[in-house]
Amino acid sequence: MNFTNGKELLDICEQQNKTIYEVCIEREIDLTSKTREEIIERMSRSLEIMKNSINKSLTEDIKSVGGLIGGEAKLIKNRLETGKTVCGSLMSRAISAAMGVLEVNASMGLIVAAPTAGSCGILPAAIITVAQEYDLSDEDMINAIFAGAAIGAIITRNATVAGAEGGCQAETGAAAAMAAAGVVEMMGGSPRQAIHAAATTLKNIMGLVCDPIAGLVEAPCQKRNAIGVANALISAEMGLAGVESIIPFDEVVEAMYKVGKALPMELRETALGGVASTCTGCAITKKVFG
Amino acid sequence: MKDYSVFDVVGPNMIGPSSSHTAGAAKLGSMARKMAGGNVKKVKFLLHGSFAQTYKGHGTDKALVGGILGFSPDDDRIKTSFDIAKERGVEFEMIPTDLGDDKHPNTVKFIIETEDNRKVEVMGASIGGGNIKITELNGLAIQFTGAYPTLVVKQWDLPGAAAHITNCVAKNNINIAFMSIYREEKGNEAFTIIEADDIINSNVIIDIKSNNKLIQDAIIIEGM
Repeated sequence: MNFTNGKELLDICEQQNKTIYEVCIEREIDLTSKTREEIIERMSRSLEIMKNSINKSLTEDIKSVGGLIGGEAKLIKNRLETGKTVCGSLMSRAISAAMGVLEVNASMGLIVAAPTAGSCGILPAAIITVAQEYDLSDEDMINAIFAGAAIGAIITRNATVAGAEGGCQAETGAAAAMAAAGVVEMMGGSPRQAIHAAATTLKNIMGLVCDPIAGLVEAPCQKRNAIGVANALISAEMGLAGVESIIPFDEVVEAMYKVGKALPMELRETALGGVASTCTGCAITKKVFG
Repeated sequence: MKDYSVFDVVGPNMIGPSSSHTAGAAKLGSMARKMAGGNVKKVKFLLHGSFAQTYKGHGTDKALVGGILGFSPDDDRIKTSFDIAKERGVEFEMIPTDLGDDKHPNTVKFIIETEDNRKVEVMGASIGGGNIKITELNGLAIQFTGAYPTLVVKQWDLPGAAAHITNCVAKNNINIAFMSIYREEKGNEAFTIIEADDIINSNVIIDIKSNNKLIQDAIIIEGM
């Protein structure tokens, strides 16, 4: 069993009455000749790392290698405790978790690249926060990650998830699309709803440049993980409500790739454009590297 | 086009902050250690391109040293690898340099001295998403990714050497996924690189080395 794009994935799901995560696990068994148990065990280890990275950012004092970020996840969480959040409890916890995982990443802590290290906060933040809210099990979360991975595999195959190739839309955009699909299935939505949510997510972030200050995976990456998880949850809400993307997922992926390639080199992870090339960005580069 | 495993997409599990600059660097270090076939005493890291420019901010230096010490890309000790190297008496030096225009921007060359005083030079590149390729061994251009269990054989470039190696591999019931032979000049030393589908049993090394007229050395590198 294999799929190369969203349409094929959805056809398999609908013809065989299966969820995306089921199809994804079966494809992995075919592809690697590993047992279902081995594959699930490996993903369970990834979930463990994801949970620990969120927890670490909220319980330890973290300083990034470049010194640009650290402690922001706690600030969001502290504000939540005042009972006066603009975004509400679930969204505040989600953005805090997404930023926290990036802090752990930037401080040379253990994370799961999902799909990249620069976008590693979004998928865990979305899935773990929603699962906590509704008391869902580890198995539910693992299945949601598999569903997200199927979306990521399609984007990787037909476009790119590298900021250097496609801008930040390819990294945090792909991560958010993966998260949206995972959340939709975890909350009982159909494969069709999940794929539409992924399409909506990617459209919402189209054109986003990759401009890490001083070339470090710190800023603006951390805040873009926060917006990524918000985008994923908003798109999941739309998907679950039955709102569909007018442009099909596969065409959105193709468009994202074209936009990415059309971005000038300065806006694709070279730290030569965007906020990296501002006065302050250049001053920080000097300060970090001398 | 390649079919990506879910763990290519959700993964690698790694020490941050960058899959190509940190996880890939750790893998390259650990691959160079395996290719040196023993404990490393001293190593010079020649850093090229983006590695030379950004190695400090991405922790590439710590990841390379961690790899040389045998740590995998998800090992927490990478963060303190400099201290651990000091404790273990492993000397190292980071040298930003230019290895040539034709090299991948994330390339590193390892000049290694082992505890039994052998010198081994390995060059490799981190090609994205934590994936790597090895591009040179002791000055000879070779190519393999380390994703599969790999057999590296140093042989004399003589008739029968390749046949001997493949016979031994077949005898040990190993299926070859990819195989290449590299040599500098006719009749001199050459390398055979075999990437296999399954775990390579160490018996194959004994069998291959049994013919010392054709074979100089053979090592197994576990798939990563």
